Amino acid sequence: MGGERSAGIDIGSRSIELVLLEDGEMVVSRRLPTTFDPLRQCRTLLSGQRISRMAATGYGRELAAGLAGELGLPVTVERITEIKAHALGAYARFPQARTVLDIGGQDTKAIALSGGGKALKFEMNDRCAAGTGKFLEYTAGVFQIPVEEFGNYALEGDEAPVINSMCTVFAETEATSLMARGVKPQNIALGLHDAIVKRTVNMLNRVGLAFPLVFAGGVANNPCVRELLAKALSAAPGEELLTPPDPDMNGALGAALWAARQD
Amino acid sequence: MSNAAYKEMWEKLDLDVPAHDALLEVLGKFYGDIYMSQQGRLQGAEYLDFVLSEVHGLRIKEIQDAKAQGRKVVGSFCVFVPEELTLAADAVHVGLCAGADAGKEAAERIVPRNTCALIKSFVGFKLAKICPFTESCDMIVGETTCDGKKKAYEAFGEYVNMYVMEVPQCKNASDRDLFKSEILRYKAELETLTGKTIGVEELKRGIGIVNAKRKALQRLTALRAADPAPISGRDALLINQISFYDDPVRFTAKINELCDEIEKRIATGEGVAPKGTPRLMLAGCPMAVPNWKLPYVIESAGAVIVGEESCIGTRNTRDLVDEEAVAKATTMDELVDALTDRYMRIDCACFTPNDERLDNVTALARDVKAQGVIHYSLLFCQPYAHETFKVDKALAAAGVPMLAIETDYGMEDVEQLKTRVQAFIETLE
Ligand code: SF4
Ligand code: SF4
Repeated sequence: MGGERSAGIDIGSRSIELVLLEDGEMVVSRRLPTTFDPLRQCRTLLSGQRISRMAATGYGRELAAGLAGELGLPVTVERITEIKAHALGAYARFPQARTVLDIGGQDTKAIALSGGGKALKFEMNDRCAAGTGKFLEYTAGVFQIPVEEFGNYALEGDEAPVINSMCTVFAETEATSLMARGVKPQNIALGLHDAIVKRTVNMLNRVGLAFPLVFAGGVANNPCVRELLAKALSAAPGEELLTPPDPDMNGALGAALWAARQD
Repeated sequence: MSNAAYKEMWEKLDLDVPAHDALLEVLGKFYGDIYMSQQGRLQGAEYLDFVLSEVHGLRIKEIQDAKAQGRKVVGSFCVFVPEELTLAADAVHVGLCAGADAGKEAAERIVPRNTCALIKSFVGFKLAKICPFTESCDMIVGETTCDGKKKAYEAFGEYVNMYVMEVPQCKNASDRDLFKSEILRYKAELETLTGKTIGVEELKRGIGIVNAKRKALQRLTALRAADPAPISGRDALLINQISFYDDPVRFTAKINELCDEIEKRIATGEGVAPKGTPRLMLAGCPMAVPNWKLPYVIESAGAVIVGEESCIGTRNTRDLVDEEAVAKATTMDELVDALTDRYMRIDCACFTPNDERLDNVTALARDVKAQGVIHYSLLFCQPYAHETFKVDKALAAAGVPMLAIETDYGMEDVEQLKTRVQAFIETLE
């Protein structure tokens, strides 16, 4: 038998992530789409795992309360918000971090950190998926490009038209009318990425952006958003703008770290 | 609530009885979920439960009985309308602020969609014929505070006997003169409506009743500084809400009894939540019955609300009419001066500048020992949305963190609100 194992599960609206830590080392890191049956997905992720402590975060964190009992795990599931989880995760990876940006499937958060990795102040987008992963997914669909490739595609653009609307539906209308006007599709894609970045910068400024900034969440995998963000903030990538190697696992990692702290 | 017994009364008031039944059902369920589920409530809360369960029943019957005896009923939407004068004319004064989404579609036929939920609600209640208070009113008094209300009264006035008081926008000497003249104009209007003359004695009596009510509520506010918190924020909000429509003398007696009970509770160190529970204060727009959404979200997230800086809260109760001045007064003019001074101290966001509100918010946060403030503005409420920034700054300077929430009466954002509120509480730990 190995040491204590702490599980963190991040139940988001688009995907569910599980991180298991053993003696501080990440031994499991897995994700599944949320689907319409998130509990089943959680069970799939957790079944067969040896777990001594557990914490849940994300939109569906309350779902996890009954999960441990159901799976016969001898733990009580702690629940923390995504804000706290992301702050903890980012701090563990980059102790010098002062701000965290998380762009996930359906929301965006900007978090100002204190020296010790505690969230001081935060902003979240409200009520709609404007400027989130969902926005990219939807607009990539308009170009008939898989979302994973959308960033590189946009980077082929050389001149970004201004996209005024941040509403997913209206942005599509704008993109379609730009296409009808003969604007190069790569440029339109660049414009859509730019729109997200502008919105994100505003949010970061509202919490009082300080560097280094950790960029987490699924959208951090998008090279175009990363590049435009670095440019918009005049931040040096790798120094002032930091991205963990697996940015979508940051929330689950934070939850696992919180679980590890409990006795 | 024995609805059958009241059905005849509701029909007489020309309510849409099936729609009204549906409203009561929702209200009852909401109350059950949000209020009856609370642990460790005060015994005195039975009064609250009773008043609320009879809000459209017994209280309306009392009002109808008063009307049968020739008394008039005046409704208002704002704490600028001096209840003291209404009572001096021996009329019944009820606050009509409405806190439910009912009647929204109907309301949107006569006010723009981007109007705050409070306005849409009172308009909707009238158009959908589901509010027995509105239907009982002989006169409804509006006021020129925010643009939304000002213009909504024009549309609303086609359906009710509307009277509008002019509330100034600044607090210069000329503004005070204006409001004094408006108080006198309201007095004359009441005299015409009721056929009674308001003399010095009558007004002193009216002032006495309302001062006593505000004192009871001030007492409650002060007691909430105790840790553990002796009363939930939900119950305290309900008390403030009920203060707008229950009989003021009975209300005052009941709240003083409740405060006696709270004092005993504090002496034994008892509370509704354990000592050390995060203490939050609300500030901003009024929360009218049954708008309990945010307080419920906050208190289910493991915090306790220890104060409400709003018109259904301390903005209404903080200032009394100067008792000494009233005792000494021998003329109507002196009394009206005392009233004017009291009302001109209200720190509504409709004023410019309104810096006294910043001092009042920080002072209340300190007095009730709040660890954080949640600033609440209704969607489309310009005045309070603007002040959010200033309040944030003032509180930050006083070392009190603040979370700004903008929402309405809809339920679709409850999950997001929970996350924001919980995250805010986590930052306080
Ligand atoms: S917020 Fe202003 S306008 Fe609204 S009820 Fe209070 S005093 Fe009146
Ligand atoms: S909440 Fe704001 S917009 Fe609505 S009535 Fe009150 S002051 Fe006007």
